Amino acid sequence: MDADFLINILLPALWEGLLVTLKLIILSAPFGLLFGTLLAVGRVYGGFFVNLFCRFFVGFIKGCPLILLLFILYFGLPSVGIYLSALLASVIGFICCNSAYNSEYIRGAILSVKEGQMIAASALGMTRIQAIRHVVLPQAMRRAIPGLSNEFIYLIKYSSLAYMITLIELTGAGKLIFSKYFEPDVFIMIGIIYLALVTITTVGANALEKKLAIPGTQGR
Amino acid sequence: MADDDYILRVEDIHKTYGDSEVLKGVSFNVRKGDTIVFIGPSGTGKSTLLRCINQLTVPDKGRVYLHEEEVTNCGSRINHFRQKIGMVFQNFYLFDHLTAVKNVEIALLKVKGMSPEEAREKALFELRQVGMEEWADHYPAELSGGQAQRVSIARALAMEPDVILFDEPTSALDPELTREVLEVMKKLALEGMTMLVVTHEMGFARSVATEIIFMEGGKILEAGTPEDIIKNPGSERTKSFIGQFSGNLGD
Repeated sequence: MDADFLINILLPALWEGLLVTLKLIILSAPFGLLFGTLLAVGRVYGGFFVNLFCRFFVGFIKGCPLILLLFILYFGLPSVGIYLSALLASVIGFICCNSAYNSEYIRGAILSVKEGQMIAASALGMTRIQAIRHVVLPQAMRRAIPGLSNEFIYLIKYSSLAYMITLIELTGAGKLIFSKYFEPDVFIMIGIIYLALVTITTVGANALEKKLAIPGTQGR
Repeated sequence: MADDDYILRVEDIHKTYGDSEVLKGVSFNVRKGDTIVFIGPSGTGKSTLLRCINQLTVPDKGRVYLHEEEVTNCGSRINHFRQKIGMVFQNFYLFDHLTAVKNVEIALLKVKGMSPEEAREKALFELRQVGMEEWADHYPAELSGGQAQRVSIARALAMEPDVILFDEPTSALDPELTREVLEVMKKLALEGMTMLVVTHEMGFARSVATEIIFMEGGKILEAGTPEDIIKNPGSERTKSFIGQFSGNLGD
């Protein structure tokens, strides 16, 4: 791989791809976190039907290969008259997947919050929703950080599946260059970029965990 | 005496868990400024009784009235009553992720809708009342049990309740920490706070209670002034229970 190929061909193409990958992550992750939280709360505190819906949704997503979900969203839905762009189909698929797995980390964290916290909040006259919002979740989300950062890392990596429904993200951009120039070092370059993204996430999550740690408790 | 002299009326409370009937019809009345101390062997429903008053446990039968308004069967109005009925727990139940002052503040902000400045001022005032102002910025895990319990008393006080329920407030504390918490409670009682206290601290009961209620087997066995119950118990059972604490009656 010569410098000319690297600088003038490969890096610009990968840069374009990386921007798409980042776009996918930035559009998916916040909603994955939001819906993951709602699913977890629904499962722990919801009534019969809310609980059933959340379980069904999480079970369905867990049981469905993500690539299949993307195919359904992009190639399947047009048959019922719904046309999604490759970007939108990818983002919807990623949000579904990310939120379903996030919800399990968050649910576990909610269940680990001591029962007395809810009792004390109720005794002060807080509604259930206030108690969940101001007392249970702030504690649960801290405990869920290690799991959530794991899931965020998965999202970075499975965002490459968008390539399978025609969206040229980082992996796809590299694959196109490879197909044209047969230069296998392309894949090493892509690997280095993913490694960098994952490393940044890991460092960031550790810093966040430390920053939010409650003084006097473990982890500080 | 007319009924409306009572701020809290508890009528015929029953509660059954599975096969065991924990409360078998408990009734009593509370006047403003009363300190009622519940004593009796463990497992006789004293704590359950307190929880039935603010509906943390829903009784199977019976009614609770606060200022002649029914607390039982009140639906979502229960959150209104719970602001008026403070509670202090054996294991403090401070919010682990909040500093002492924020523990006191949070319900003022979220339930009472106070402004942040107002809530902070009120919270610091209540912490001062229990001698914890200097610890305002410490987290629960950094406090001793006695300090944590004093913060939880401040948290209850900040809501300006009509009555505070103390559920074995010193049972998780060693004797020295017990003393610092009892001193705060005694001060409150002398200031006229209406209190219902489940405790094994006979010294506190003797010196502070306006009425002692002796419970056993889910029922009130005997009730009266400390003089009546401790010095001249009416029943042999009360006498033998009190007798176990004979070395421990000072305050």
